[in-house]
Amino acid sequence: MLEIRWHGRGGQGAVTAAEILATAVIKENRYAQAFAAFGPERRGAPVLAFTRISDSEILLRSQIYEPDVIVVLDKNLCTMEGVGDGLKGRGTVVLNTSHPPANFVDTFPQAGKIATVNATKIALETLGSPITNTAILGALVKVTGIVKIDTLDDIFKERFKIYADKNVNMARRAYKEVTIMERGV
Amino acid sequence: MKCEKVPLKGWRELPEGGTITEPGSSVLFDASAWRTSKPIIDQNKCTKCGLCWIFCPEGAIKVNPDGRYEVEFMYCKGCGICDKACAVRAIRMEEEEK
Amino acid sequence: MKKIGLSGNYAVAHAVKMADVDVVAAYPITPQTTIVEKLSEFVANGELDADYINVESEHSAMSACIGASMTGARVFTATSSQGLAFMHEVLFIAAALRTPMVMANVNRALSAPLNIWNDHADAMAERDSGWIQLWVSSAQEAYDTTLMAFKMTEETRLPVMVNLDGYILSHTYEPVELIEEETVRKYIPSKPLVNRLSPKTSFSVGVVGPPEYYFEMKYQAIDAIERSRSTISKITTEFNRSFERSYDDIGTYGMDDAEYALLTMGSMTGSARVVAEEWRRKGIKAGVISIRTFRPFPVEIFRQKVSGLKGLGVMDRSSTPGGPSNPLFCDVATCLYGLKERPVLQGFVSGLGGRDISLENFRTMFKATMDAADTKSPKPCMYVGLRE
Repeated sequence: MLEIRWHGRGGQGAVTAAEILATAVIKENRYAQAFAAFGPERRGAPVLAFTRISDSEILLRSQIYEPDVIVVLDKNLCTMEGVGDGLKGRGTVVLNTSHPPANFVDTFPQAGKIATVNATKIALETLGSPITNTAILGALVKVTGIVKIDTLDDIFKERFKIYADKNVNMARRAYKEVTIMERGV
Repeated sequence: MKCEKVPLKGWRELPEGGTITEPGSSVLFDASAWRTSKPIIDQNKCTKCGLCWIFCPEGAIKVNPDGRYEVEFMYCKGCGICDKACAVRAIRMEEEEK
Repeated sequence: MKKIGLSGNYAVAHAVKMADVDVVAAYPITPQTTIVEKLSEFVANGELDADYINVESEHSAMSACIGASMTGARVFTATSSQGLAFMHEVLFIAAALRTPMVMANVNRALSAPLNIWNDHADAMAERDSGWIQLWVSSAQEAYDTTLMAFKMTEETRLPVMVNLDGYILSHTYEPVELIEEETVRKYIPSKPLVNRLSPKTSFSVGVVGPPEYYFEMKYQAIDAIERSRSTISKITTEFNRSFERSYDDIGTYGMDDAEYALLTMGSMTGSARVVAEEWRRKGIKAGVISIRTFRPFPVEIFRQKVSGLKGLGVMDRSSTPGGPSNPLFCDVATCLYGLKERPVLQGFVSGLGGRDISLENFRTMFKATMDAADTKSPKPCMYVGLRE
């Protein structure tokens, strides 16, 4: 079982990203669950979403307390308390930031792998708005290999219709541009 | 015409869902015991204008084939509206004999 | 068949579309769910040929459904929490008038404080309305059960409520295997029901039932839901056979030889099973029972399933303030009262207002159930996860 926690702000598409990843896993004939910690949805407010992935049927329906992977769609969220809570030892962190991974070692001391990508820049240049979720998905797929990048393309086409190509390009660019740092902990 | 007392049906015989499946079931309802007084139409004064027929809330005024207006006492509750409505004072309310 | 990723809400919407409903009447604003949002999309796109009636309240939604059902249409609505509560008086009318319809109820807490998250208070408050109440534990089960519900409602002429846990099922994406639309159409052919409101027939509905009649009329509805047990079982068995599923009025895990078990409803079932598996690895014979058909309560089957059990932990996700216990516990205790051999019951309330029931909470409840059984002295209802 692989458990992922997504941190975003309302409007960035963290919930959608969690769903897209689960849908891609299911398309590859494995099992996944995507859900969010729903609250009063407001643009800009911090948002939590979760994806649970497994090779066998997932029975568990509680929240995720000890994620294997933490994805942060907005580096400013790193200053908030609790962003690294519960990360498993040698866990993975994927961040949207212009800074290198080494800058985040103090925030995620237990991380075995920290990856950064400037998803905001990619989103603004490709889409024209700072919706960073599909770019960060590309980076996440590169870092973890959870699904094939081609599968993501398929899901974007089903889900975004006329915006599919832009999202495909964003994910693929982030897939290439992500910087990964492995750490011995 | 006198309404016969219908025996109450058990739950298996009653129509499903608390419904009435036949039209006009209210004609079986005998209201004659409700009256304290009853309308008497003076056929000599009656001009056959039909006001009593229009105003009767129970539809208890009927028109005979020969054109005369009469009260169907099974349905008349003795409210006296026909008496008030009659333009020529051809209807008077008479106390019901007990 | 290929699985796709769908939320519980969308799984229900797909089932309703495939069932080719004629009328959907729903209030579109909070606490409404994406079930009817998706259905209105299907109607607008021409994928579903139905009258979609946007009404101004849930009270009107249910009233419109009754009227539509009276004309012989296949009818669906969906609601949640306060919306269901607002339907309250009309729910009893739908059941007593014997109007077939299916409603998805996304289980959420009732105010106050205002809360949009999961618990079972909404449905439990409508327990006595005369509706058939089905409860599901996954998006797949929500889809399958909604399909079965149309068959059940049309055969029993009792309205059917399909309950799925708010967010935990309604908004969670997971694998769902959709049946081919053509196959579904064959399974529940769109045959018009009797149009009771046809101008060609004379028919009075919503009549006064004075004391000489009310009791008999009410008893008809009581008798109908009693008799619906066999219809529900028959339809479930047929569905299992046709579509390779394994649903039962009561879901079980490990109950062949279990000594201790948790009784759950809805989405709690999966996590309870994870913990039961944990205990089994430790050599303890643990099991899980989940009630799929809450109304009519499967009394006989339930008694069979718990025979031989030492301890049963009953998990309520709602409460009956001031009552002798909570809704599910009361039913269970009543079922077992007459039996000589019965398990020790330990009651729990947890997960109110969307409070997560963690694996640790489930472990606590299993442990408390074992302790209650072994010492034969259960504690008063335990509120698990409550901060002191």
